[in-house]
Amino acid sequence: MAKVEETLKRIQSQKGVQGIIIVNAEGIPIKSTLDNSSTVQYAAHIQQLLMKARSMVREVDPQNDLTFLRVRSKKNEIMIAPDKDYFLIVIQNPTE
Amino acid sequence: MEIMYVYTKKCCEFGHPCNFSESAVLHVDIPPNPSLEANFIEEDLCIVGTQCSQKMSEHEVNTNSMESVSQGINHVEGGWPKSVNAENLDVTNRYKKKVEKDEHYQNSIQHLASLIDHCIKQNNATDIYQEYFEDEEVVEETEEQQTAKFINVFRDPNKVKRTATCLSWHPNSNHKLAVAYSCLEFQRAPKDMSFDSYIWDIENPCKPEMTLKPVSPLVCLEYNPKDSHILVGGSYNGQIVYWDTRSGSHPVEMSAIEHSHRNPVYKVIWLHSTGDTFSASTDGQVLWWDIRKMSEPIDRLVLDPNKKGNLEDALGAISMDFETTMPTKFMVGTEQGLVVTCNLKAQTPADKIACTYSSHHGPIYALQRNPFYPKCFLTVADWTARIWSEDIKGSSIMSTKYHKSSLLDGCWSPVRPSVFFTVKMDGTLDAWDLLLKQKNPTLSLKVCYEALYSIRVQDKGRFLGCGSRLGTVTMLEMTPGLCTLQRNEKGLVSELFERETKRGKILESKQREMFLKERSLSEQSKEVGGKLGDEEESEEELLALAEREFFEIVESCKGKDEENKREKVEDRGC
Repeated sequence: MAKVEETLKRIQSQKGVQGIIIVNAEGIPIKSTLDNSSTVQYAAHIQQLLMKARSMVREVDPQNDLTFLRVRSKKNEIMIAPDKDYFLIVIQNPTE
Repeated sequence: MEIMYVYTKKCCEFGHPCNFSESAVLHVDIPPNPSLEANFIEEDLCIVGTQCSQKMSEHEVNTNSMESVSQGINHVEGGWPKSVNAENLDVTNRYKKKVEKDEHYQNSIQHLASLIDHCIKQNNATDIYQEYFEDEEVVEETEEQQTAKFINVFRDPNKVKRTATCLSWHPNSNHKLAVAYSCLEFQRAPKDMSFDSYIWDIENPCKPEMTLKPVSPLVCLEYNPKDSHILVGGSYNGQIVYWDTRSGSHPVEMSAIEHSHRNPVYKVIWLHSTGDTFSASTDGQVLWWDIRKMSEPIDRLVLDPNKKGNLEDALGAISMDFETTMPTKFMVGTEQGLVVTCNLKAQTPADKIACTYSSHHGPIYALQRNPFYPKCFLTVADWTARIWSEDIKGSSIMSTKYHKSSLLDGCWSPVRPSVFFTVKMDGTLDAWDLLLKQKNPTLSLKVCYEALYSIRVQDKGRFLGCGSRLGTVTMLEMTPGLCTLQRNEKGLVSELFERETKRGKILESKQREMFLKERSLSEQSKEVGGKLGDEEESEEELLALAEREFFEIVESCKGKDEENKREKVEDRGC
């Protein structure tokens, strides 16, 4: 438990990180550093995107699997690290 | 070698279908000639692509227009297990804490965190989306074909189509276009014609963003350049109406009908300084209004060329121009083909009308000063577009040729001093670039099959909208060649105008000289004749003089002809 906290704190302290969200497989945000409404929005949309991306990778090559997803937008970059039961979302603005 | 076979047929059998049958009679047999083979070379095998489909030369496909509506979706939190009530904060927190204590969770998070860490550090190390060569100057564009792209077409949603008589772009956002619709043909408006005018969002051509519901169809419509929520429109029955888009489709206020114009209001302009508007109509009046008090105009000007303020003699105004850099003057284009400059600050009504320019044969549909050189202005009327200089009153300094169909509207480009656009009755849009070609338009586009009645360029100069007789407003985007200021353009254009102005002045002075000479001559001849200044008699004298001169010329020509004939005969003889 403490290790998790420490890890998250480390990530949060990196330059440009705007927020971290941990979501479980059902789409419920477990932990978040953003406000509730944004968290819920991010969790819902990103889960759908993640499922789509994963299914795309597997359909193109069934032996393959999605390891990481990065969405670069005008304002920031959203990094999504998926796992079997949880996924970690980090929003970063690197060009501050 | 000719092969011919003659057969006869009765007349009554003409037109009957042919019946072919087998026969053993051989009429002609032409065997192949091997010597001709020397003229041909066998072609090497090559790979040729084929396609088993219909061969078509040019094919247009137009999909059905798809109507899209923007809708919002309300996301509700889900995914919570049945035992947990999503609303209850305590329960959800407890659930979350339970999950956090799970070991599996902790392991996964460790693993994921290391992945993320790597990427974050990557991002911080280098900006992989950095724009290189951003500061380098854009490469000089070579002479590319000027074209315009059709962006969108906005059609009148009503069944009975009306002419799009005036367009006005939203002053700030440039995403909206207000279009005034009316039927300008006298008494031809069908009974169930709708009076509405629309404000369109350029992204959505299916449905207008807002409807403006006046009492009488609007002939002209203008956004207030200072306050983009306010629009003023001039209607067919002579009233001025003003809207506030925040308060809905119905006009906020209308001018009192007793004090309004008596003919359709063809042009409405906002005065930047005071926030007033002034309107012009074919009843010969130009009225000033304060939109807060529409019951009566602030001021009135009657366009009487005799400067007497007589409404019967007044010229009907059909277009107007007001340039903010010259706040005391404005110009009015009339139905009679005259352009009148007026002075706002004049004391007496007689002084208000400063001078007139006449050269056109028909109503002046568009009048605009060049935004960069206010001394020169463009008029569009009858079959030509002319450019005038303020100083030269006799004629225009430049004129396009007489086109086959009449020009109905035109305007300068707000970003380039040498470019202007005109629209014609046959649905063509012409873009003229004075620095490239002066005799022909640089770009001529057939926008639609019906007449184009109005054109307006957006402030940035890139987009323009033109409205047609059936209410279709087409939005076009110009190539950068027509909307980016070239190097030295301002200098070249000012030189061009100065040159033409000088030429105009020289011509004018010459004309004046000749006129004075003629007058002095005719006065002299009158003195010599010893007759009084009786107009009829001097006319007779002039006629006699003209006849004498004519016959002299004829005789001299005859003489020349005879000489030529004699020479020819001599030549032949030799």
